[in-house]
Amino acid sequence: MSFNNNVATKFPNLKPRGPGGEALLNAERAKTSFDIKELSKFMYTEEWLIKMNNVLQVISNEPAFDKSNRYYQSRTDKIATGLWKDKRMIELAREHMWDEQDTRLANFLYDQSTPFSLHYGMFIPTLMSQTTNEQKKLFLEPALKHKIIGCYAQTELGHGSNVQGLETTATYIPETNEFEIHSPTLTASKWWIGGLGKAANHAIVMARLITDGKDLGPHPFCVQIRSLEDHRPLHGITVGDIGPKFGFNATDNGFIMFDHYRVPHVSFLAKYSQVKPSTGEYSKPPNAKLSYGTMVYVRANIVMGVRYALAKATTIAIRYSTIRQQFVDAANPKKWDNQVIETPVLDYTMQQYRLLPIVASAYACFFTGREMLRLYDLNQEAMQQGNFNLLADLHASSSGLKSLTTTMAVESIEECRRACGGHGYSNFSGLGQFYQDYLPNVTWEGDNYILTQQTARYLLKTFRNVVAGKAEPSEYNQTITYLTQYLENPTSKCPATKPTDFLNPELILSAFGFRAAFGIAKLAEQIDRHGRTWNSMLVEISRISKAHCQFMLVRNFVVTLQNDPSLSTPQFKPIVNVLKTLAYLFALHTMEKELSEFLLSGYLSPEQSAMLKEQVISLLEQVRPQAVGLVDAFALPDYYLHSALGRYDGRVYESMTKMAEAEPLNHTLVVDGYEEYIKPFIHQNKDKTAPSKL
Amino acid sequence: MSFNNNVATKFPKLAPKGPSGELLLASERAKGSFDVNELSKFMYTDDWLQRMYKVLEVLENEPAFDKSDRYYLSREDKLASSLWKDNRIVELVREQNWDKTDTQIADLLYDQSTPFTLHYNMFIPTLMNQTTAEQKKLFLAPALSHRIIGCYAQTELGHGSNVQGLETTATYIPETNEFELHSPTLTSSKWWAGGLGKAANYAIVMARLITDGKDLGPHPFVVQIRSLDDHRPMDGVTVGDIGPKFGFNSVDNGFVMFDHYRIPHVSFLAKYSQVEKSTGEYSKPPNSKLSYGTMVFVRANIVMGVRLALAKATTIAIRYSAVRQQFVDAANPKKWDNKVIETPVLDYTMQQYRLLPAVAAAYACFFTGREMLRLYNLNQEAMQNGNFSLLADLHASSSGLKSLTTTMAIDSIEDCRRACGGHGYSSFSGLGQFYQDYLPNVTWEGDNYILTQQTARYLLKTFRNVVAGKAEASEYNQTITYLTQYLENPKAKCPATKPEDFANPELILSAFGFRAAYGIAQVAEQIDRHGRSWNSMLVEISRISKAHCQFMLVRNFIVALQNDDHLAKAENRPMLNVLRKLASLFALHTMEKELSEFLVAGYLSSEQSAMLKQQVISLLEQVRPDAVSLVDAFALPDYFLHSALGRYDGKVYEAMTEMAEREPLNQTLVVNGYDQFIKPLTNPTKPSADGVAAKL
Repeated sequence: MSFNNNVATKFPNLKPRGPGGEALLNAERAKTSFDIKELSKFMYTEEWLIKMNNVLQVISNEPAFDKSNRYYQSRTDKIATGLWKDKRMIELAREHMWDEQDTRLANFLYDQSTPFSLHYGMFIPTLMSQTTNEQKKLFLEPALKHKIIGCYAQTELGHGSNVQGLETTATYIPETNEFEIHSPTLTASKWWIGGLGKAANHAIVMARLITDGKDLGPHPFCVQIRSLEDHRPLHGITVGDIGPKFGFNATDNGFIMFDHYRVPHVSFLAKYSQVKPSTGEYSKPPNAKLSYGTMVYVRANIVMGVRYALAKATTIAIRYSTIRQQFVDAANPKKWDNQVIETPVLDYTMQQYRLLPIVASAYACFFTGREMLRLYDLNQEAMQQGNFNLLADLHASSSGLKSLTTTMAVESIEECRRACGGHGYSNFSGLGQFYQDYLPNVTWEGDNYILTQQTARYLLKTFRNVVAGKAEPSEYNQTITYLTQYLENPTSKCPATKPTDFLNPELILSAFGFRAAFGIAKLAEQIDRHGRTWNSMLVEISRISKAHCQFMLVRNFVVTLQNDPSLSTPQFKPIVNVLKTLAYLFALHTMEKELSEFLLSGYLSPEQSAMLKEQVISLLEQVRPQAVGLVDAFALPDYYLHSALGRYDGRVYESMTKMAEAEPLNHTLVVDGYEEYIKPFIHQNKDKTAPSKL
Repeated sequence: MSFNNNVATKFPKLAPKGPSGELLLASERAKGSFDVNELSKFMYTDDWLQRMYKVLEVLENEPAFDKSDRYYLSREDKLASSLWKDNRIVELVREQNWDKTDTQIADLLYDQSTPFTLHYNMFIPTLMNQTTAEQKKLFLAPALSHRIIGCYAQTELGHGSNVQGLETTATYIPETNEFELHSPTLTSSKWWAGGLGKAANYAIVMARLITDGKDLGPHPFVVQIRSLDDHRPMDGVTVGDIGPKFGFNSVDNGFVMFDHYRIPHVSFLAKYSQVEKSTGEYSKPPNSKLSYGTMVFVRANIVMGVRLALAKATTIAIRYSAVRQQFVDAANPKKWDNKVIETPVLDYTMQQYRLLPAVAAAYACFFTGREMLRLYNLNQEAMQNGNFSLLADLHASSSGLKSLTTTMAIDSIEDCRRACGGHGYSSFSGLGQFYQDYLPNVTWEGDNYILTQQTARYLLKTFRNVVAGKAEASEYNQTITYLTQYLENPKAKCPATKPEDFANPELILSAFGFRAAYGIAQVAEQIDRHGRSWNSMLVEISRISKAHCQFMLVRNFIVALQNDDHLAKAENRPMLNVLRKLASLFALHTMEKELSEFLVAGYLSSEQSAMLKQQVISLLEQVRPDAVSLVDAFALPDYFLHSALGRYDGKVYEAMTEMAEREPLNQTLVVNGYDQFIKPLTNPTKPSADGVAAKL
């Protein structure tokens, strides 16, 4: 080339057309009726907010935590950056004496899984809970010091949710006191394992224990897979990365196959079941219900995580929707400095209808997550005293709630992305990769469709118990309560006679309880009386799980607002008011979404559903002025959002253009490939008339 | 390193656990009740299929069209390989004597937009329609011979659907007989224009025409933006790529800003309106309804495109669901060679409920697309004879149908991806990038929410006309028909007394017509009697557009099966039977999804809804054995699908592992970054293999 091609493209120094995003957001914030900071503190505690800010200070000055290149990186670069972060994190925790919560906050703010995520998330916890003392010394101690890096290898190429179908075997060899791990088929290859692809040197491997000719089903083994000297895969092992994914590309999800690979006897995680050396005799684990308690804890945290996901998505979409203007609403033109401007899209009912219920559901998930954690504590205490009464309901609800809320989250993230119009499709929105990375939540920790079957089994059993008079009412078991009420009056009707009648907690809870109970009763009838198979009823089964969990979400929201002592002081009045409006919006919008079930149960009439719809629209109007205040209260820093559209200061267009300047393609004037693929076309005539080139 | 790190990882030569995907799919195909090839021919014509296989053969031997690396490429590599394809296809057209259909087939099979896509789809068509003879010579001729490469720059950083809000100006300068293009603010930057970022040297630019001090609103200009010598941006033009996107990363969507950039008078596309030289006097375009006809054509093709999108998604998901097994359905264990195997997931009702209606929807879109094209032709003819009576209904329905069907497509693609379980999340499923690339369809050619308002406006107007007795019934206007029926009997009830009654086409059409009419009547009442504002009714407005278009989809499907001569032949009986089941499934599943509206309308009772649900489950059972054959009939070649899960031969696991072997990370044993980031942790005290001392 006859010119310097390495010239970066810069935008001219121009302002966006006024009013600017900053001015528009300020005007929104001025409309807020409550103290935003107080609401943040109520949700997170002041201590947590201070800790978050401290951690934020640290990592926003750390190059290893810089997000500027996140949206442009190739897969290989993402993995390398992920490893850098993993290492630097360990140093930072030491340098700043971070406790577990600080580290969690740093990971939360960084907001991207990395090759070491499963070392902390699965490898270490498994070693903690399933090892003997000898094994703790051998595996857990070096893992805590990062001398070994681990992962958790369960699912296989041909086998997912059904753990009993796994094919990898671990055969005990008495002669050498070893296990031989083997992958008999291609489908037996371990697959999807985070951290296994490139980073880990150890893995917990779930393999069928075979001893004395008996197949005892899947058991966990701790297995070295790569050399501690030079990281090469060990002999007998085929290991690698499973390739590009819809999201999660900063993680090296891996595969592994074993070819008659021997591991020592101590590799078998032996806290609960044992294989006796030399005889190979197997002793069973004691049947522990206790592990169900842990599942409740994990799921309560997932629900709390859903709250963050919804908070992030709505923070971006709501802020941008107050800045983005489109058309003039002729019936109600927006004025600014006495001039008509295009109407901010958040003033359109449709946009409110798409976004404000999601804001409400973020708060709903917060209250339900909190209640789940409270009940988890109560239940752990009760179980230690031998009382297992709470467990079944709590566990069943937690399965369904995990399923329902994570599904709500992915749908909402995508809805928020689309509600951002064209720019939602740009990676700079922050919503695209977010959707892609969040998606596995609907599959892991129990596939969302399969989980609903667990919940439904419990609901049907409880229904039969209530019918048989064998269920004892309890303040901790709402299922029994609503089923009993339904059976006492299975033809009851909604008493609403005007739209505002729907603003009544008792009415709302009765409606959701009745609708859930009706569905359960119908399903029980089909299965128990008409002999329908479980398989043929799966569609209805997922519906009753959803109905039950929507009841729980609504109830936890409504009841907390009535009972929480910290909300009852006078200065909290404005906060309580807005939260009540949100609770109504969440409940009534959900009712509208599931309208056919409320109608089918005979509880609601067509006339009442018209009132219900009217009330939803009227609640949208009431929430609208608080919208920006409500997402500000989520207190999510710009570093966390990493979104051109969702910035606190509203400088949307400045940020879009800056991020476009950083696009690698814009660092040269003429694109790679021009000479080969474009120039021959453009110069086709010149070639003929340019003999000098010959 | 003390060893050769460049060793590619290979899987051992093992077979998947049996029964293999090949055997499972073969047994599915043996269950099909109709002739798969005949159904393909019915949908595509034999001629089209022959052409497709011919073009396919060419592409499969063309390195520029090879898809093997598609899922691993970085953004830069994607663009470079796309430019290669753009270059090669021009040569292939010449070498193979391809006509327009052949080229379209090649693009369909390649299945990825490229930098030149908008040159063909927007730049050239605009030059064809909106230029004078002089401009054709100056711009269209070189565009057709690729001496100039163009794009279409309309939307701006701050302005999307509302074209009237655009900020870029083009001011006529009488002194020099030029226009001065200018971007006054940051938000006026052109944004999103495909091909503009890096490839194009020309652009159609929509800018506000200002002449004689008057702002005449947005008009099209054809503007050179890069040098024809060395491709550098012209002076006064700031142009580049808008950065990474959720999908479409093989296209260089771009931005451009103009700094008092002068272009000659001839740049103003002057077929419809003119600016007189030196005086700058403006003459308006004649008001032409004809362009609405073109929109119908574009949208009919979008609906046909939805059919292909649904076909692709369901082909992958259905085939894989017949191969993928999970748990044993204890009440009905699946046996193979007399042994119980895990149950293929397609045998679970829930999986059928997720997937089979999407197969039915693909067929529904085919019949509606076909009908739209037929009406488009009828209408073009009528308009040429001065008869505009078809246009309004056709145009309104086409707006709503574009909105409804593209939303259906995008939802189904994602649902199919999720229905593939864990492996649906792998790029090798072929469904991830597909979803990402398909998404813009719900925004472009009219944002899906805004389009429903156009449809609703027409529906409300027609309702008022029918009420006033001013609407004339016509076989081409179903809206008037169902509104009239509703007004004659607004308390009509569904006559079904048992589940099978729902198989009746008349009953189905009455139900969909009644439900649409009821919704329209309610909205009219709210607006006309209770003075509710348009804005406050937007939620209901989108619902009536959807209700109307679902009526159209259902009706076109059912009526085509009743009237199609080819299907009426005795030898096509098995095909007709399965299509009838699909039509019922599509209609009744839609009814179930929208149940609350049928209930609120008072047309359906609670008892009838229970029957309806039962009938849907029973239809799933009836369609289940034909599932694989129905997707085979879409005749989508493996090259097009490029999916490990959706292959015709069912070799899912072999394909997954082969594609994993190609992953660049697997071409070395030890990952980049090990020495810097992992080794210091695992070997904190040990000297490195090279020896620390040597480094000091």
